[in-house]
Order: sequence, then structure tokens, then C-alpha cells
Amino acid sequence: MLPPTPSQTIGPFYGFALPFPGGAELAPPGDPASLIVHGYVHDGAGDPVPDALLEFWQAAPDGSRTGAPGSLRRDQATGAVLGRDGVAFTGFGRVAVDADGHYALRTLPPGGLPYISVCVFARGLLHHLYTRVYLSDPGDDPLLASLEPKRRATLLAVPEREGVYRFDIRLQGDGTHEETVFLDFR
Amino acid sequence: MSPPTQETINAEICELRDAYAKAVAGGAPRRDHPDRDYPPYRSSVLRHPKRPLVAVRDPEAMELTGPVFGTTDVTELDSDLTRQHVGEPLGERITVTGRVLDRDGRPVRGQLVEIWQANAAGRYAHRREQHPAPLDPNFTGVGRCLTDDEGRYHFTTIKPGPYPWGNHTNAWRPAHIHFSLFGTAFTQRLVTQMYFPGDPLFPYDPILQSVTDEAARRRLVAEYVHDLSVPEYSLGYRWDIVLDGPCATWMEKGR
Repeated sequence: MLPPTPSQTIGPFYGFALPFPGGAELAPPGDPASLIVHGYVHDGAGDPVPDALLEFWQAAPDGSRTGAPGSLRRDQATGAVLGRDGVAFTGFGRVAVDADGHYALRTLPPGGLPYISVCVFARGLLHHLYTRVYLSDPGDDPLLASLEPKRRATLLAVPEREGVYRFDIRLQGDGTHEETVFLDFR
Repeated sequence: MSPPTQETINAEICELRDAYAKAVAGGAPRRDHPDRDYPPYRSSVLRHPKRPLVAVRDPEAMELTGPVFGTTDVTELDSDLTRQHVGEPLGERITVTGRVLDRDGRPVRGQLVEIWQANAAGRYAHRREQHPAPLDPNFTGVGRCLTDDEGRYHFTTIKPGPYPWGNHTNAWRPAHIHFSLFGTAFTQRLVTQMYFPGDPLFPYDPILQSVTDEAARRRLVAEYVHDLSVPEYSLGYRWDIVLDGPCATWMEKGR
């Protein structure tokens, strides 16, 4: 096995490089099945983290897990980002939180799985973190089932109204709020 | 509270490095990645989880697959950061090339590589950047490309300058290029930084030193390769990247 290249923080200045127009818009415009996942990223003092970058990866509504190219589709003449073509479901989203630490993702429900995978990057975070947004608790999910209720709750999105889910990420517990469950796949 | 001095940071770096060396000597496994809890890098203090990560060993996990990109996601000029404006940027023109591999040594093909960096004066084209070094109207510092069938990437750019930051008094980042990489699985995602050989700022930088394993730290430093230099044009660096994390080989076979 080759030794891996170490991770380093994304730093504060990725903003002119990584986010792209439409990064938060996985759902084709006007799709009636679309849903919104939104929330805040917080640090261990409970303060919003204004410079986190979130990436989302999920199954297509038909359950396909292959994704599709074209998330950053570009105009070959000007180089400008055209964004997704509105037909293919790429399965990939990228959102930089705003100055309040808030993000909002508009996507379609994942097929065959109750969750959307999340990868968290931030200044001060030396190695990215994985978590999952569960849109519901199917009762037999092995990860959810393995967690005590307080911990499990950090992975469950809270329905706010029809098609709108709240999902906050806490990089560290602040003494009042539970720290988000982060995952290890290695 | 006044910011810590470089001496304070150096002492903390040494203490953590010694503790790591002692742990390894006592049989603890080597650590390839930085510890997320690394106090010499002050911003890490409130931004790392205190609870252990929860291991997922589910062969059906979505994270064992990953996003894909294609020819529509990049344009030809994206990999040449010196040709994105009307004029040529100031600075030392370089090329950076290497291969993206998984831990089994297999090339990561057709995947997206993104880079971003400061200009030759050590200034980012970012509004929150406070360093009073000149912006270069001919340099943005953003590039991307897809890896080829051998996992190879290639960028033409200029060598970024070192720059000061607020971690402690007289804190300077060694020159570096930020890299963002995708593997065949979401679990292989990597964001990291490539450094230049022989930089005198290495021992003072808590971000690089957060990789407490010396051999692992060396893997973040590119190699100057004279054969990659182009006569009368550019200096060549090579930096190979190995992505960590499992992937769904069981799915690849079906692709």
C-alpha cells in the first residue's frame, strides 16, 4: 500500500476558486419533487463558522449511484460556468456558507437511501470531516441504529415545512448543543 | 490578550512532535494525516470534533462511490494560469505535474483536480485578504484540469510568494499551492497544499507541522525536476498524490 498524501486545511481563501454558480442547485429548476436542506455550521463556542465549504454527494431519485458529469459545465468560448444542463442529475453539490455560517441546498430526494453524504471543509479544520443528512429514520439503518438517541439526533434533518429540512453542523460540542456525529470510512 | 510569539508556537510544535515520536517508538501507529486537534494552529482549537469519529464499515455506503466530472467541466485554458488574462502575470513561471493514484497504486483517471494560490507577491485575489502586497491584474490564481488515463495532471502557473497571517506574531506561510482532488469514491476526497523544496519557512509553520510524521510531511513537498524545466520558459516541479480511503472496487468491475 502506498502511503497517502496528508490532508491540509482548505484555508480562508478558497472562495474565488472552488464555489461555482449553481453549486447548491442539484434539482433542475422548477422540479416539483425538489426539496431544500439548509442550516448553520457552528464551532465549539457555538459561533457560526463563516468560512466553511460543504460538499454533498447523493443517489439520484431513481437510486442510481453513478452520478453524472457536468456539475461545473463551462462555456467553451468564454470559460464561464454554465452550470448543470437541467437534465442530468449529477449527484454532486458544493456550497460555501455565507457570512452568517448559513447554507441552503436545493436537491431531489435520494432514491433507495435515506441520506445525503456531506463533506465539511473549513479554515482551522486540518482534515475534512464526513457526516450524513438523514431525511428520515427508516428504523433499520445500521449507522443510525448504532447511535444513542442524542447522538443519532445530530444526523436527522428536522422537517420545517413541506419540502424544507433543517440540518445544522456542529464541528465541536459547545456545552449546550451536541457535537455532530462525524464518520470514518478508513 | 497579545498574540503568541513564534517562540511559543515553536515550543508547542516541538512538544507535539516529540510526543508523537515517543508514541511511535512505543508502538503507536504512524499517522499520515494531521491531528485535527493541533493547538499551534490556533484556528483548529474550536473547529475539531472532540468525540471519536464513528466507523462506517457498510459495503453499501454511498460514500464508496463518488462524483464524476467530464470534458464539459473544464476548458483548455483552465490548466494554464498564466494565460487567463490579456497580459502575462509577474513572477517565476513554473509547471507542476504529477500523478494521482489510489493507495493500491492505480491511477485515478478522468478526475477533477483544482488548484488555487497567491500571486508572486504572496497576495490572493480574495476580498478578505489583508496582506498589503500588490494584486496582479494578469493573475487570478485558479486552475483546474482532468487527470489523463495514467492519472496525470499538469498545470502552468507562477510560483506563489510566501505571505503573513494572523496565527501568531510574525507568522508567515511558506509558499504553497492549494490542491483539491477527487478519487473514485467520496471517501477519497482530498484537499491539501503542495510546498516547494527547501523553503526556509517550513519549521515555523504550524499548518505544515500539523503533519507530525516527518516522512508524511515530506510527501507534501514537490520535487524540482530539471528535465521538466522548459528551456527559456519555465521551471518544472513534480508532485505525485496518493488518495486515502476505500473505494467500491466491487462497483468498478460492473462499470
